Amino acid sequence: MAALPRSLFSKIWDSHVIRELGADRTLIQIDRHLLHEATSRDAFDGLRRRGLAPKSVAATFGVVDHDPSTQPGRTWMTYLPARERISAMQQNCREFGIELLDVNDSRQGIVHVIAPELGITLPGATIVCGDSHTATSGGLGAWAWGIGTTEIERVLATQAMILRRPKTMRVNFHGSLPAGVYAKDLILAFIGRHGIAVGSGFAVEYAGETIRGLGIEARLTVCNMSIEFGARSGLIAPDDATINYIAGRPFAPSGKLWDQAVADWHHLPSDDGAAFDREIALDCSNLHPQITWGTSPQDVIAIDEAIPDPSTAPVERRSAMVNALDYMGLSPGMRMEGLPIDVAFIGSCTNARLSDLEIAARMVRGRKVPEHVTAFVVPGSTAVKHVAEAAGLDVVFREAGFGWRESGCSMCQTLGGDSVPPGQRSISTTNRNFEGRQGPQARTHLASPAMVAAAAVAGRIVDTRKQPVLF
Amino acid sequence: MQSFTTLTGVAAPLLRPNIDTGTIIASRFMRSRSIDLGEKLFSDWRYAADGSENADFVLNQEPYRHAKILLGGINFGCGSSREAAVYALMKFGISCVIAPSFGEIFFDNACQNGLLPIELPEDVVVSLADAIKRANSAELTVDLLTRRITTPQGDTVGFTIAEDRRTSLLEGLDETALVLRHSDEIDAFRDADRRTRPWLYERSAL
Repeated sequence: MAALPRSLFSKIWDSHVIRELGADRTLIQIDRHLLHEATSRDAFDGLRRRGLAPKSVAATFGVVDHDPSTQPGRTWMTYLPARERISAMQQNCREFGIELLDVNDSRQGIVHVIAPELGITLPGATIVCGDSHTATSGGLGAWAWGIGTTEIERVLATQAMILRRPKTMRVNFHGSLPAGVYAKDLILAFIGRHGIAVGSGFAVEYAGETIRGLGIEARLTVCNMSIEFGARSGLIAPDDATINYIAGRPFAPSGKLWDQAVADWHHLPSDDGAAFDREIALDCSNLHPQITWGTSPQDVIAIDEAIPDPSTAPVERRSAMVNALDYMGLSPGMRMEGLPIDVAFIGSCTNARLSDLEIAARMVRGRKVPEHVTAFVVPGSTAVKHVAEAAGLDVVFREAGFGWRESGCSMCQTLGGDSVPPGQRSISTTNRNFEGRQGPQARTHLASPAMVAAAAVAGRIVDTRKQPVLF
Repeated sequence: MQSFTTLTGVAAPLLRPNIDTGTIIASRFMRSRSIDLGEKLFSDWRYAADGSENADFVLNQEPYRHAKILLGGINFGCGSSREAAVYALMKFGISCVIAPSFGEIFFDNACQNGLLPIELPEDVVVSLADAIKRANSAELTVDLLTRRITTPQGDTVGFTIAEDRRTSLLEGLDETALVLRHSDEIDAFRDADRRTRPWLYERSAL
């Protein structure tokens, strides 16, 4: 009898089952464990209390990304409130023999940016990190998800977790993205249409010709936003582009092991006829640039649409919409186009890779950020920063009046001393527009790097498609 | 982990949908162990810019400032994976959240710490909130043994929770100790897997 067709997720799940424990629970092997200073401290203490050593230091990678200052010339001590956790991370990694990519390491960066960039993320691997955006690594065909601190301790101690098998969802994106429309717009549009909890309980596979046509960095952006509709993990099947991307990266296999790995990865994509618990399709051929108006990623519209009216919205969403409009200082029927901004932020694990900075640089070249606007770029990793500098992008941004910073999580969530002042309006390439996310009373609009860059130099929200590239 | 069997205490209604873990505890309060997480719970809603209490916020009102149970809206605890959101609720004194649905990571983190997350249909959560407001006492009794909630009026509402989660909460089970008991099987799996997928076990750059 022929084997049943399986999905990418099912293949990864099946190859990591250590043992079925009954009552829908399975002991699953964890291949890669990423640690950062913001969520791992208590886990190390727990390990110490148990008198245990990490099960596999080779599978474990530490990085300092959340807390450090992003100011040029920073050290780990530059931002005073960050010292306690960074110092604990340094001591813990030293004591337990875990390699730490510290603040001034050339490989440092936001954990979800460096994991693919350094070849830590590999197709078919199980990857966890105490961070909800861990699904980013799914863009290379890994099953990657965010865990809590108690679970970090467990994975350190055992390289295993007891899990319930998630349901599977496939989202099929069709059509090619129009000019000025990017991966960020695609995923925001999906969240806007289906809501921020549609993925809860699912492992999501992104498929379709639109996804196949995306570069690897854009695929990482799509997977990064999985948690913003409730999905703990999101995956894209590896293809030749994936394999070319990984080849030669520092922690990627080489020589005979590389050949063996690639042969294995070719078997990962979902088989024809594989069953999914849910399938959703989205046509991207007429997509417009997206921008959020409210305090949830599902509060999103196309740049040329009006802000919706709560009184005509589904009953269960009305009060949240009214609260959101009040918090954001906006009214139903208003246009986002033309809305003045105070802050423009290009950074985060969602949209601060080289391709994002290249797109943004094209929009700002030859233009100036108005006096009243604060704009800065925080590259996703130190390596991204260096490559961007070699290409002269830092000069483009600086000449336009942007700050050019060191890598870290920064203004995505009020870290490293970077925040949006109370009541100010920010347009941001990040992933969350929750109340207070970028600072108490800060007003955040999520958009693509092109939209954020275009707004930064215009001093107001604009339709990136209408702003010509100067040279 | 702390066990959960039964709990009688004030229940506070906070029925807004999509309350994210960053609203429960903001990242700036997680940087130092000298910060009291319970004091900073829901900080942006609870305090004005000058640090004074916002009288409109439910946890600043009597009797809700003594809440042990929270009634929440759909998708409670969505967003960031921070387990500190659970620590902050527990430090404040809340060890049960009743909501129509939860963010997955929050739900798991709650179960790992002895905070009981109860999923009930939205109309039932709203009726529990109404029951509290109608009564002289805002107390609910949550019994995990019988899987029942009793209102101040003496009405009972049943709830379900996966049996293994229930057992683990009742016993205050240490799941890490449970996994450690499978160490031999984990080792055997890794030895075999190393032969089929050696590239995941060799670190080329060190």
